[in-house]
Amino acid sequence: MNAFLALVARDLRLAGRQGGAATMAVSFFVVTVALFPLGVGPELELLGRIGPGVIWVAALLATLLTLDRLFQADLEDGSLDLLALGPLPLSLVVLGKCLAHWLANALPLLLAAPVLCLLMNVPLKGVPMLLAAMALGTPALSLIGAIGAALTVGIRRGGVLLSLLVLPLYVPVLIFGVGAVDAVVHGFPAGGALSLLGAASLASLVLSPLAAAAALRLSLE
Amino acid sequence: MNRPPHQISRMSLHRFANPTRFLRIADAVSPWATGLAVLLLAVGLYLGLAVAPPDYQQGQTVRIMFVHVPAAWMAMACYSLMALASAIALIWKHPLADLSAKAAAPLGAGFTAIALVSGALWGQPMWGTWWVWDARLTSFLVLFFLYLGYIALWQAIDDPTRAARAAAILALVGFVNIPIIKFSVDWWNTLHQPASIVRMNGPAIDVSILVPLLVMMAAFNVYFVALLLWRIKAEIIARRVRTLALARVEPEAGA
Repeated sequence: MNAFLALVARDLRLAGRQGGAATMAVSFFVVTVALFPLGVGPELELLGRIGPGVIWVAALLATLLTLDRLFQADLEDGSLDLLALGPLPLSLVVLGKCLAHWLANALPLLLAAPVLCLLMNVPLKGVPMLLAAMALGTPALSLIGAIGAALTVGIRRGGVLLSLLVLPLYVPVLIFGVGAVDAVVHGFPAGGALSLLGAASLASLVLSPLAAAAALRLSLE
Repeated sequence: MNRPPHQISRMSLHRFANPTRFLRIADAVSPWATGLAVLLLAVGLYLGLAVAPPDYQQGQTVRIMFVHVPAAWMAMACYSLMALASAIALIWKHPLADLSAKAAAPLGAGFTAIALVSGALWGQPMWGTWWVWDARLTSFLVLFFLYLGYIALWQAIDDPTRAARAAAILALVGFVNIPIIKFSVDWWNTLHQPASIVRMNGPAIDVSILVPLLVMMAAFNVYFVALLLWRIKAEIIARRVRTLALARVEPEAGA
């Protein structure tokens, strides 16, 4: 447990001191969303309707941007070898790194989302639901993304390949995430979509550390 | 290849012990499979295009079904086969399983593309639009992307052993996700008709249309088997060429 916490703390310290990374993801998130009114026109009603979807898609892309560094830096400086030899099972190493990735990259998105809701004229009653859906769904993004990051670690132009591998797997999170907000906005219960989002996160919590660890072992051989 | 050179040749002998037997069987089977595929395709197309009556609502466009439905069927069957082969490759390290998964992927992508394009051509006269963001169409599009990602991963990694295992992990992850994607888009939006052949109270299709459809399905299946055998054979030969090329470089490198 200590080793696990130490790993999470190390990754968070690295993210904090390198600076840039986390704030860059948030800036990308904000800029991408801000482009949409310029692209589709400033009509408030339309923006309100597409707002939750646009914010979710921007969150997927922002997560994707930070994923390619998840294991890459550790592979390059050799600390991934040490982590693999250490007392912690490799799947728990993956889990720890995902937790740190979520805290450093997804949590700031969550904090920025309410402001973007105002920019996109998302109905006020949908805002808490969007935050709840993102809180439930973004762990799945980090965890599923870890599989793609582990598969593409050490590959030339791995970042482009990573998006091709991971984005199709993000489809359910996107659909249920937007579904929950739309349900609340239109006065329907959102419990079903939220439960499914939670289920996606829980299932990926169990399965993706195993798959990502198996993929990492390949690049360590 | 990080292994010392003397191990490469030993490994490859071990590796190709089994594929040799496969090649013998494949050589015996593939002419029959190819012939049967051509025959079934000819019969199926004749029945579908000339004999089957036009639909009372859809008219002649119903004949698109004879290509669309078998292609869609094979697109899904092909991914299942890929996932099964990947599991076998990861668990038992069966050398042929890797190759069959790799060989099946472009075929599956092709069938998916055929299903999507023929569906669009069918949708235009029937629904009045080439494309709708309907559950079935969307999940098929995602399936197509999964195939593309799988093929891209194979191409991105140079070492075939590593590429095989990475691709196998990806195929299994995708296989877990396919039902989830399917259900998520099912609840999201639906226009495409539900399944009408495999049903509890028998098919909902008239015999005059069902028979050509089944013949075409058989034709697509045999066609797939014939192509798959060819592609696996080509893969085995390509690996042998690679091993021979490496073996030729060895003495120079060692000297």
